[in-house]
Amino acid sequence: MIYLYIIIMALVTYLIRAIPLTVFRRKITNPFVCSFLYYVPYACLTAMTVPAVFYATKSFASAFAGVAAAVALACCRRSLVTVAAGACIAVFAAEQLFMAI
Amino acid sequence: MKNNFTEGLKDGVPIALGYLSVSFSIGIMAVSSGLDIFQGAFMSLTNVTSAGQFAGLAVIATGGTILELILTQLIINLRYALMSLSLSQKLSEKITLWQRLVIAFANTDEIFAVAMNRSKSLTFSYMLGLQSLPVIGWTSGTALGAAAGQALPDAISSALNVALYGMFIAIVVPAAVKLRPVLIVAALAALFSCMIYYLPLFSGISTGTSIIICTILASAAGAVIFPVSQDKNGD
Repeated sequence: MIYLYIIIMALVTYLIRAIPLTVFRRKITNPFVCSFLYYVPYACLTAMTVPAVFYATKSFASAFAGVAAAVALACCRRSLVTVAAGACIAVFAAEQLFMAI
Repeated sequence: MKNNFTEGLKDGVPIALGYLSVSFSIGIMAVSSGLDIFQGAFMSLTNVTSAGQFAGLAVIATGGTILELILTQLIINLRYALMSLSLSQKLSEKITLWQRLVIAFANTDEIFAVAMNRSKSLTFSYMLGLQSLPVIGWTSGTALGAAAGQALPDAISSALNVALYGMFIAIVVPAAVKLRPVLIVAALAALFSCMIYYLPLFSGISTGTSIIICTILASAAGAVIFPVSQDKNGD
């Protein structure tokens, strides 16, 4: 039964990805559509992060420490891995600190 | 052609390392949702999507129906349709139909972002190289996380929960610092997202639906206020 669920999930996800890649093969020239598509990843990733990230850890404060570390590292143009690792370390350190206090 | 594949592999290394750590938390969640290690890894190999898998695991854990499963996947992953549409505009014209069907398989948020940032044309071998290591990292990280399971201390799993968001921040922030329109679009998306999350008026809206509404509103606002010219589109 679990496999049925997994396969259906995979199929739905694949079709969502595949149909726009295969059907729309001509270049889109409409400036609104082009601009809209250009902004989609930034809008989408931000909407997924805020405010969910602040509830992903044990406390709002430790999540805030993680976000602050990630934003600071990202501003310095660090790689994806460094930023993600920095966020995790900051959360861990903050939670240890709060427990010590 | 071979050179393109190697370049793709190289660009995929940081994504693969990131996925390795992020999927670790998916593996932990898979086990607590009642899946075994193999099922968890199989889900990651066939789905290659963080938010979708998190939602799917929630449906499985609560014994939800197939219809519920399909609807959540459709809503949460609808953003990939927008990304695929955007990517299809940038792919080299020489790429054939079956090659597009292969590329579609692992068009994730991060792979999409890296592909769109590439200044050269996107060939099939480059995309294949770019996607290989992240898929391996995503699958093996899930297996490792599932194996470690609940053995991991609470403090570590709490910290690992932000890994995914860290990657999202790593993609959005540098672009927002460099380009004012991106900053404003991201700020709008955050504002709408907070409004839906906190205002009682919108309490019926699920997470997946909220992501879609915020994405469409913020991107449309950006397109109206700051239209992007065709040649700048690739930057």
